[in-house]
Amino acid sequence: MTLLPRTRAQHPVPYAPGYKSSVPRSPRWALLSMPATATENTGPVFGHNMLGASDNDLIMNYTGQPAIGERIIVHGHLLDENARPVPGALLEIWQANAGGRYRHKKDGYLAPLDPNFGGCGRTITGEDGSYEFMTVRPGAYPWPNGPNEWRPMHIHFSVFGSGFGQRLITQMYFEGDPLIARCPIVNTIPDKSSIDRLVAPLDMNRALPMNALAYKFDIVLRGTRQTMFENRMEGL
Amino acid sequence: MVQKLDYLIESASQTAGPYVHIGCTPNFCGIHGIYDQDLGLTPFSPEAAGERISISGSVYDGTGTVLRDVMLESWQADGDGVYGPGTQGFARFAADQDSGVWTLNTVKPGSRDGQAPHIALWIVARGINIGLQTRIYFDGDDHASDPLLNRIEHRNRVATLVAQPEGSGNWHFDVRLQGDGETVFLDL
Repeated sequence: MTLLPRTRAQHPVPYAPGYKSSVPRSPRWALLSMPATATENTGPVFGHNMLGASDNDLIMNYTGQPAIGERIIVHGHLLDENARPVPGALLEIWQANAGGRYRHKKDGYLAPLDPNFGGCGRTITGEDGSYEFMTVRPGAYPWPNGPNEWRPMHIHFSVFGSGFGQRLITQMYFEGDPLIARCPIVNTIPDKSSIDRLVAPLDMNRALPMNALAYKFDIVLRGTRQTMFENRMEGL
Repeated sequence: MVQKLDYLIESASQTAGPYVHIGCTPNFCGIHGIYDQDLGLTPFSPEAAGERISISGSVYDGTGTVLRDVMLESWQADGDGVYGPGTQGFARFAADQDSGVWTLNTVKPGSRDGQAPHIALWIVARGINIGLQTRIYFDGDDHASDPLLNRIEHRNRVATLVAQPEGSGNWHFDVRLQGDGETVFLDL
């Protein structure tokens, strides 16, 4: 497998003054570009045996008692730029609780912790690249970037592909949230259509009646160059 | 009009934020009982090939302030230049939340495909909008024909990718995100 070059234009700019933390933490010199090598084309392979039975159920996985909040299913497919499913890939998520509070010593927001909500989950994609989480919808919360700045509701996603060069962390937003357009972190992405691809639509076909609403979030990783000819050569 | 190229577009990155530890190293930040242990604590099993080494360092921002909330991952070949199998060669480690120092206990990688021995490093934190790729090479190895190091136009920046020995298998490697001595970051 050989990774295709990453198209940087659809990603956030590293130096985005509207997101103040990026100002001292963004490189000034140009990246050194080169075709991917064996180091980027290979990556760790995680086995299903690492998963606990409720790792992908954030409502129940902390204490075994249900967390408070709007119950939702988050599901979708992990694909690459060639629209091929990426099976066997580790997905990790983390989020605030329904009140917008993280279980973290650096989060002092006045919304309370939920004693039954830890805030993390993980799963491994199926043969068709599919995945599913059960969780509560995270609350919006204020942060000290500006005098009155609020993060839209979001879930953080950490994604492994088949090559370490595909490594990606992103955030999923929720359809209809008016805070998305106002968010300086969202707006580090200059391309509007790239922002739209991070917004999960409500998916009533996957909602569970009298149980949980559902949102669909597909994730796309860097593509790979994998032609018939190349397969033959690599197979030698 | 021409036919459409039906490719998808990679999902945009977003910052890992200040609470990345909740999702990636929950036990490290005090969330116990969900995962037995954090991912990537040890990159190699005891029988893996290669000399045991320990690499420590810090990540600094453009003002020279150490990042205490940074998370790093590494991926490398074993001492024989072999990647994998499974999770062999992968590590995840966070900077100490007080000192900002991180440590990677691993084996010294072998060379592979004409590349000098190196470890791929991936760095995420609040304020980093897309994960930063870089590499750790080792002082004293033959770097003369390494394709990546040879591609660095400004030769006085090559040293930013080379760990320095501190004796007894200990190495030092700092990352500077910006400013004097800015580390060479990679797009590959």
